[in-house]
Amino acid sequence: MLVNRKLVLAHFWLAFAVFGFALFLGAWQMFVRSPLYTWISNPEWYYRSLTAHGTVMGYVFPTLVAMGFGYAISESALKQPLVGVRWAWTGFWLIVAGSVMAMVPVALGRASVLYTFYPPLIGSAFYYIGVVLVVVGSWIWVALMSINLRVWRREHPGEPVPLAMFANVAGSYLWAWTAVGAALELLLQIIPVALGWRTTIDAGLARVFFSWTLHAIVYFWLMPTYIAYYTIVPRAIGGRLYSDTMGRIAFILFLVVAMPIGIHHTFADPQVGAGFKFIHSAFTALVALPTLLTVFTICASVEIAARLRGGRGPFGWIAALPWDNPIMLAVAFSFVLLGFGGAGGLINMSYQLDTTIHNTQWITGHFHLIFGGAIVIMYFAIAYDLWPHLTGRALPTLSLVRAQLWLWFVGMIVTTFPWHWVGILGMPRRMAYYDYSDPAISPQAFSVTLSAIGAFVLLISGLLFLYILATAHRQPATDAGAYRFSVPVHPVRTVPLALNSYAIWVALMIGLTITNYAYPILTLAARSDTSVPAVYVGAQ
Amino acid sequence: MSARELFTFRNPYFSAGVGLAAGLFVLTALGGFIVLPYAQTELKFAGLWDAICSAAGLPQRSASVPTAKVGPRLSEAVLTPTMLARPGQESIGRGATLAQRCAICHGPTGISRADSPNLAGQYASVIYKELLDFRSGARRNAVMSPFAVDLKDQDMADLAAYYAYLPRLPAYHPTPQLPRPRIVIYGAPVRGIAPCGSCHGSLDNKTGSPWLEGQSEAYLKAQLQAFASGQRTNDISQQMRNIARAMTPQEIDEAAAYYASQPAEIVKTTD
Repeated sequence: MLVNRKLVLAHFWLAFAVFGFALFLGAWQMFVRSPLYTWISNPEWYYRSLTAHGTVMGYVFPTLVAMGFGYAISESALKQPLVGVRWAWTGFWLIVAGSVMAMVPVALGRASVLYTFYPPLIGSAFYYIGVVLVVVGSWIWVALMSINLRVWRREHPGEPVPLAMFANVAGSYLWAWTAVGAALELLLQIIPVALGWRTTIDAGLARVFFSWTLHAIVYFWLMPTYIAYYTIVPRAIGGRLYSDTMGRIAFILFLVVAMPIGIHHTFADPQVGAGFKFIHSAFTALVALPTLLTVFTICASVEIAARLRGGRGPFGWIAALPWDNPIMLAVAFSFVLLGFGGAGGLINMSYQLDTTIHNTQWITGHFHLIFGGAIVIMYFAIAYDLWPHLTGRALPTLSLVRAQLWLWFVGMIVTTFPWHWVGILGMPRRMAYYDYSDPAISPQAFSVTLSAIGAFVLLISGLLFLYILATAHRQPATDAGAYRFSVPVHPVRTVPLALNSYAIWVALMIGLTITNYAYPILTLAARSDTSVPAVYVGAQ
Repeated sequence: MSARELFTFRNPYFSAGVGLAAGLFVLTALGGFIVLPYAQTELKFAGLWDAICSAAGLPQRSASVPTAKVGPRLSEAVLTPTMLARPGQESIGRGATLAQRCAICHGPTGISRADSPNLAGQYASVIYKELLDFRSGARRNAVMSPFAVDLKDQDMADLAAYYAYLPRLPAYHPTPQLPRPRIVIYGAPVRGIAPCGSCHGSLDNKTGSPWLEGQSEAYLKAQLQAFASGQRTNDISQQMRNIARAMTPQEIDEAAAYYASQPAEIVKTTD
């Protein structure tokens, strides 16, 4: 039962529109810093574009997808109209206002600080306030998801929460808590300086605050993708979910262990003690658990579908899968990209191995592979799956959809594999210009060129995606029926209270944040000698 | 559904969750705070507590580490981009009076005939910082240092305000404009050299970095060489020393000649 289709469509369309815009910037950046182009001469243009690309792709796009998908899940999984529709629109418009407010100073070159802020670099206050508005808008969504679940529980006491909604609310709680780090950084450190109330900033403390957000935000991006794995894929390919319990445990694990690991982003920072770096490194290893559980469960679910379709033998069933089904294709691509990205992630999380690739192009390659690859390809799948239910019209042609997914998959590999490679060779990230005529880096010119070509393949795929969604609105009307989620092999009748609620897990999430973050933050905050003069963007 | 039912060790999910999390934390803390510090044989600790404090990141001076050798005096100037912005008329006037004794080298209009820097229209923060450094001894020059010794902070701020206020004029011995050499446009990224303009004004200005257009070629060259040899040390964090050391003598010549041939009027204003 999807009542507020306009609300969901508004979130998705805004998300995909800004995604298309940021995709252009990304391809342009890949082009101008590749050997295919001489040089833009003014690196400021590059950083301006990079800031816009990162801010849109990191904050606006995935947040809107999670919100739109979250509203759709709340209505169709709980089978009740959304409570607080007016608030949901308020959240949406806050994000619109925040995005415009942040993007204007970026476009004017007053906030070329990259989306990770990089204090003591300080840009226009409007940029940061815009980002805060985006986060506040998304917090309204967090509250609404919690309220809608509460309303449902009141009417269905003791019943198991549908897995899609359980995961959705887990994702929203994770986001609520992880965004606190960046919010503290912005409100306590950066915005007072950007407004001119202070001229010095504790860059080290600000970076620790940001690391609080920076890793768990990836798991917030990941949530819609994992929800799609568990609750869309088995149904879409005609199978059953292998285990509902496994799904709950995976989402609970994400909630608990995604938070206390962010300091692995500051392995090279002197202001954090080596002991805490080690603890965070070890805890980072734990996030492989929910992913491994998921890969196992989804492969098992897919096998069930294949055997139902007559697949035989230990591997013969793979051929029996519905490979012409876009969702099947998307999940296969997503798993391949997740596998490579996860393997690279093992290098990043290891305190010692990280030193070889820290701040190199490897890192950029890694997060594009995981986020742009494994995660975003499932955003496409979610949109394709939901679109007929939102528009009341079927998708134009499935062959175009398949071509789009193939292009994205190939494009992502062509873009990110050479990117990792030049990172191993030592090419630093965040640079607007490389002198390819220099003998030291001329051997990397080929890899960078290849990577830039991949970026254009991605751009074509992204535009094709927008084209498919847009033309779907003009198809003849059809009745897509009620939106359903996958059904587990064993019907879920009762679920232990612990796997049907969040109290223990939220408490553990906060507890581990305190054990792993309190000391580094408090000692830095208590010291008086750690602030440095702010460096204002464009100031002379 | 009550909290009492959930938060009890009779609930296997609670005991497993809390037990595993606490166990892991204790285990990794033992590893990070005790095993790893002692595994690094080059680190010497006074005791267990010392090792734990070190791993926690508590700044401390170990007795076994010899204190750093005292090097040349470093710049103590602390500048922010807005520090000297919008000076009053009185400050500029006082600066003009004080500047009379600078005119012998830097010229009555702030344009030098003596291969000293042209100061007319230079960024205020630059003049202020260099005066501070001459006074503290972070920068030394047989002629200039005695002039700075007796200046008060306010005098320096006034001088900075006055020279920043003067209009930029063509250099005294202008040469035909030269094309931009490679080192100025691109720097040398592989050697860690940024394009000159990324600090010195044509692309961006970093507080404390002067614009260079129309300055004396001999002066620019001498300063680059002084940075490269380590004679001049008042660049904070060795920014200029690192760059000058990595430049070839030919690149130093090219950069100095190029900037000397540029008209000062093209420099961006400060606001």
